Amino acid sequence: MSHLVYRKERVDRGIKVRSDDIFILASLRDLSYATLPKTLAIVILLLFPLLKDLVGTYWESVLVTTIVISLLALSWDLLASAGLVSLGQALFFGVGSYLTGWLSRTFALTPIMSIPLATLVGALLTTLILYPVLRLRGIYFGLITFALPLLLSRVIEVTKILGGTEGLNKIPPLPNLTTELYILIVVLLVCIYAYRRLITSDYGLVLQAVRDNDRAVMAAGFDIQRLKAQAVFLAALPATFAGAFLTHHFQVVGMQSFALDYSILPLTSVIVGGAGTFFGSVLGAFIMIPLSEFLREFASLRVVIYSLLLLIFAIGLPEGIFHFIRRRYQQFERMTALEGESDKRGK
Amino acid sequence: MANEPILRIVGLTKSFGGEKAADNISFELVPGQALGIIGPNGSGKSTLINLITGFVKPTAGQIFFKGKNITGIAPHKAVDLGITRSFQMSRPFYNLPVFKNLIIPLSSPRARRSRGGKYGDRDETAIHLLEEVGFERDSQVPYKDAGALPHGYLKRLELARCLSLEPEMLILDELFSGMSMSEIASVIPLLEKIKEDGCTLVMVEHRLTELFRIIDKVIVLNFGQKIAEGKPSDVMKQEAVMKAYLGSEVVESA
Amino acid sequence: MAANFLIYGLVNSVVLMLSALGFSLTFGLSGVANFAHGGLYLTSGFIAWMLIHYLGLPAFVSMLLTIVITGIIGALIYRIIIMPVRGIALSEVISTMALGVAMIEFFRYIGFVTYDFTLPPLVAGSVDIVGVSIDYQRLVIVGVGVLLAIILWFFTHHTKAGLALRGMSQDEYTALSLGIESDWAAMLSMGMGAALAAVAAMAILPLGIISINMGYDVLLLALSVTVLGGLESTAGLIVGSLLVGYAMVFTSTYIGPQWGTVVYLAAIVLVLAIKPSGLFGKSKELEERV
Ligand SMILES: Nc1ncnc2c1ncn2[C@@H]1O[C@H](COP(=O)(O)OP(=O)(O)O)[C@@H](O)[C@H]1O
Ligand SMILES: [Mg+2]
Repeated sequence: MSHLVYRKERVDRGIKVRSDDIFILASLRDLSYATLPKTLAIVILLLFPLLKDLVGTYWESVLVTTIVISLLALSWDLLASAGLVSLGQALFFGVGSYLTGWLSRTFALTPIMSIPLATLVGALLTTLILYPVLRLRGIYFGLITFALPLLLSRVIEVTKILGGTEGLNKIPPLPNLTTELYILIVVLLVCIYAYRRLITSDYGLVLQAVRDNDRAVMAAGFDIQRLKAQAVFLAALPATFAGAFLTHHFQVVGMQSFALDYSILPLTSVIVGGAGTFFGSVLGAFIMIPLSEFLREFASLRVVIYSLLLLIFAIGLPEGIFHFIRRRYQQFERMTALEGESDKRGK
Repeated sequence: MANEPILRIVGLTKSFGGEKAADNISFELVPGQALGIIGPNGSGKSTLINLITGFVKPTAGQIFFKGKNITGIAPHKAVDLGITRSFQMSRPFYNLPVFKNLIIPLSSPRARRSRGGKYGDRDETAIHLLEEVGFERDSQVPYKDAGALPHGYLKRLELARCLSLEPEMLILDELFSGMSMSEIASVIPLLEKIKEDGCTLVMVEHRLTELFRIIDKVIVLNFGQKIAEGKPSDVMKQEAVMKAYLGSEVVESA
Repeated sequence: MAANFLIYGLVNSVVLMLSALGFSLTFGLSGVANFAHGGLYLTSGFIAWMLIHYLGLPAFVSMLLTIVITGIIGALIYRIIIMPVRGIALSEVISTMALGVAMIEFFRYIGFVTYDFTLPPLVAGSVDIVGVSIDYQRLVIVGVGVLLAIILWFFTHHTKAGLALRGMSQDEYTALSLGIESDWAAMLSMGMGAALAAVAAMAILPLGIISINMGYDVLLLALSVTVLGGLESTAGLIVGSLLVGYAMVFTSTYIGPQWGTVVYLAAIVLVLAIKPSGLFGKSKELEERV
């Protein structure tokens, strides 16, 4: 005699938001279900700078840092899509920072000129710096990106170029916090959109193929060295921009720009949020940076906490929060009856 | 001019450490000819292919393709010249649908050039190529993840990947191994057609009976050295070849 | 002057070799690039200090105990942190790096940053060698370094266990069929690597105060020396240490004291850019691959 046993079952909701560019939507309800999270996030982001009186300038400047780290995390994510795992996002950040500082001090450029210039030239420069080591894979590439920002900051220290340990100050400021935030938000959204488009295109497919099996990509007639260089350039753009922007925000640039923080924070963001989707890395930054502000009073314990979070997520939830949430969102649980299961158990 | 060799190899040598995986190999191949390369395991067949396609740099010797010295060329440049190869161990992009696997070679500079820069219908081209190598068009197979394919299908996907690059010289490394008899039988007419269309074929194979139906000439390798060259029927009668082959057969079945 | 240069260059080289020994051993035997190496080095220094100052143990006993404790910590790190991500080289690097940073910054947080934090030298005093005054502790370092290098070389090349471990790193499959369990072997090599980090700390730290940033420096020094020598080569480690060691002393003497740090970082970058398998590396594939 068999009685029913229930167990939880996960069911995919009918919407296919996962497929790259094909949306099969049955109803308006599905449509809203698919687009709601994105729309909501964008609306909140766009409204945030207007709520100055409500949230206070402190949290608005936290948003500046958050977006800056998001950009570094996005950059990391694109590099990783092409199989280049960076342990030193500070390289891009620092190069962007110093370039804008040097440009505005030497040529008296305004931020409108120096930020884009530093972004472009910085991306070009870092691509050139990394070009000889693009053939390295895995931990070897990681090693070099780990060492490079430290090396550059030591070189600045001992040669006393670019202001040495003092850094460069009196960098021209940006107009005001609200404008700054809108610039950052727009850049962030454009970057996410562009990267998503890029990675789902045929070109993006090829980049990911370099990561999965570079030999097959070579056999298909691609110059993988060149592909990787292109990936580095494209990935460097938001990161050098982030450096340049923050330099004008604080109106100084120093060796701090090459510090380990700018390598570890984006890395933690990506690992916590989840690599490979770009949404995940941004989500990670939006969790990590505000969190670290709450932990401000613990001073250097903050770094300990980041590192432990990085550790816990790297081991325990390697797919990251975003994939986890998305799966929950796209599926629902229900109880299903299983017949006969009880018989087996009864014996 | 018709008889100018498409491929000319002179004294090609490659040593890994002390061991010579290719030892002073020379031969020529005229356009449209089909060459078989046979030899026991570890005799240097794959290494020879790697040398021709630029995946391994030779220690000594030269390689000429259509009269041009391509010794030590970068692999992608070899593809640009029309030399396409398959891999013995086909490693597809497991987490991509089968047809998407072909989008990668179809987006390459060579494919874009030779297919006239057509951008729009790459998916269609991919499906078409899969059909050519024996995937059923109306089945779900081309849309499944490549990781779920059985071995025989993987080999045919590998062949489709090569064909997508419209090769002038097609080098196949043990295409038949892992395929069933019926799969091989279905691929042979395709290979014959490729040959008829003027593509030079180079095939490394262990399945000699099937191989000899396609090729015009065979070279036999043993310990990195070319020990025989000629018409398949003649070569197999040579004592050295029988020795090398019998020797390896014994080792293999032991 | 020349004698000074030769002797201090040698001492510095041995310091580097000692610092890198644990990292290199773990990498060579199990393929794990342990980025917590510097963290372990620093931690062992503070463990010894705590044993001496909180428990009042004699210095020598504390140091021996520390080496054992650090070894156990290393093995535990393998068990808890590496095993879940074993085989994914980058996850190994990321998680050990995170752990290393956490260890280092933890000591900064609890305030282990003053001049009180020193370890006593095993032997105090100094001696004149060909007109160069050198303290006994530096001689101890050279002695320990040379001895360890010999022992380790003997262990990995001439003992059954060592050969088995090495075989494992080259071919896990064969080793498995020989009945060696790879996780135990790797755990052992992590433990040994950590213990060696502690040995290095016990020998080197008495030269000055224990400063937090040493945790980072030691990791970078170890990376520099091993990358230059070739990541899994014993001879490479020695030659790499001598080259970097003398280069550092040379630049700090003749160009400027801060240039030493530039030298070893530049070594990492240049070697990886020019000859990634290092001077003696066997990872030919790094270069064979086009
Ligand atoms: N990258 C390499 N490094 C070292 N030895 C290699 C390498 N590739 C091939 N060999 C050696 O060269 C010899 C020939 O190998 P291979 O060309 O694969 O033989 P085949 O394809 O005929 O079975 C073998 O002994 C093999 O071990
Ligand atoms: Mg082969």
